[in-house]
Amino acid sequence: MTAVSANPAVPASRAGRVLPRAATYVALSVAAFVSVFPFIWMMISSTNTSIDIIKGKATFGSAFSTNVANFFAQVDVPLVFWNSAKVAILATLLTIAVSSLAGYGFEMFRSRMRDRIYSLVLLTLMVPFAALMIPLFMMMGKAGLINTHIAILLPTVASAFIIFYFRQATKAFPTELRDAAKVDGLKEWQIFLYIYVPVMRSTYAAAFVIVFMMNWNNYLWPLIVLQSNDTKTITLVVSSLASAYYPDFGVVMIGTILATLPTLLVFFVMQRQFVAGMLGSVK
Amino acid sequence: MAHAKTGGARTRGLKRYYDVNGWLFIAPAIGLIGLFLIYPIFRSLYLSFFSGRGMMMKFAGFGNITRLSGDPVFLKALTNTTIFFVVQVPIMIVLALMLASLLNTDRLKFAGVFRTAIFLPCVASLVAYSILFKSMFSIDGIINQALLAVGIIGSPIGWLTEPFWAKVLVILAITWRWTGYNMIFYLAALQNIDRSIYEAARIDGVPAWARFVHLTIPMLKPVILFTTIISTIGTFQLFDEVYNLTEGKGGPADATITLSLYIYNLTFRYMPSFGYAATISYVIVVMVAVLSFLQFYVARERS
Repeated sequence: MTAVSANPAVPASRAGRVLPRAATYVALSVAAFVSVFPFIWMMISSTNTSIDIIKGKATFGSAFSTNVANFFAQVDVPLVFWNSAKVAILATLLTIAVSSLAGYGFEMFRSRMRDRIYSLVLLTLMVPFAALMIPLFMMMGKAGLINTHIAILLPTVASAFIIFYFRQATKAFPTELRDAAKVDGLKEWQIFLYIYVPVMRSTYAAAFVIVFMMNWNNYLWPLIVLQSNDTKTITLVVSSLASAYYPDFGVVMIGTILATLPTLLVFFVMQRQFVAGMLGSVK
Repeated sequence: MAHAKTGGARTRGLKRYYDVNGWLFIAPAIGLIGLFLIYPIFRSLYLSFFSGRGMMMKFAGFGNITRLSGDPVFLKALTNTTIFFVVQVPIMIVLALMLASLLNTDRLKFAGVFRTAIFLPCVASLVAYSILFKSMFSIDGIINQALLAVGIIGSPIGWLTEPFWAKVLVILAITWRWTGYNMIFYLAALQNIDRSIYEAARIDGVPAWARFVHLTIPMLKPVILFTTIISTIGTFQLFDEVYNLTEGKGGPADATITLSLYIYNLTFRYMPSFGYAATISYVIVVMVAVLSFLQFYVARERS
């Protein structure tokens, strides 16, 4: 078996192939086109009037500057962007700090009690948000936090998924480094801060990309909690523009572009970390 | 004696040091999860025994559960959510598996380009892509025009106005958004499989489809199980897409209303019925738990 696959005379290229080569390229091209088309549509539509968009005009038009002007007239863009950025970045940093501490703690200091608590944490992965939002809303109401960004941060920072991610990643952390640091007299928090964090920086980068995307795109919880225009995030603003009785799709397209741009940018700059972050959970 | 005693104290001291640090590292996470995940889930259960609107709540026992069976909107939401789950999840997973095996072809040109393109929908926010789909699937929109031009349909489809087609649109939309996501998991798993197994099967004359069914799928079973459970949880929480495709109504005529959307409407759109909404949220909890258990069970049975 080994001899066969090592033999260059036998083409290994047919291994695991389901379709002939040409059909493979056709199928993948179709899938790629379907996947990318809505993004192209978004770009084209941002240059068309609302009527042209719902009539399916698939060529670039001349309404781009009008759409942009209308969008800026209807939306306080710097404020909305600032709200989104503030919430997403703070939530991401806090989530990563809390979760990496916990992931490290659960893996490095194992005890029967903590292992049980960890199982409980994992179980919360299956709890749908719908089952939490009513009590959370009532809690935030009692605490006087409705319509504040703190109310968005608090529940999102508690992420079982990211704790799981960090614990899995910590299994690959070389314990010799920790032992050596202990011999040198470093305290546990110093080992974490000065050795674990730098060594695990690619894990952190991947987590950053994933958590940032989740928070930037977060919708249901902000929809419930943020009720006035001065606290709303870009996702909420775009959604409410599009839900109007007669939405101006040209204006809406500018909004969707602005809402998608940061995540698109992060994706293209850090694609490797993005995929690594996603896969981190199944390793 | 004395020596043993000091030794014992030192071990105890070390153990305490170890334990204190162990608790300190996980304390912030445990605090937050306890307060914002564990407490609310029990609070929801408690609330589900109360009825009434706004803050005027009274104990209702199992009254809310009885009310479920006579609530046409709830039954509709449950049916819709189940349809989305039963139809969409298998389609998406098979599609993702097929794309992953195609991308795993040896010496495939432009593999990186294809992979990035198919994965790209994952970057779109749920709100943004729902809005894009809404504009693409309007009655005179680009999709209807393309279908008419190719001759697949004779007259435009009312994607947003006909109950059946509205469901199809939701399924198409979710499939677009999540197929690439699932595919990446399968692709990573496929790349860990030893190619010589395929080579041996091929030399033994096993046809391509049989290699896919009897080799690829069994070897990917743990990943398939993982993605199926993730998709199950996701489908039962379906909200953003339906809300943004239908202006928050779940229309036409409740044809696309989901359990999460109904809970939202009960709580935040009308005069809030916290207790009844909490009961419906527990329907989701129970369904997700039962289905995840079933999926684990089925996966274990076959191995």
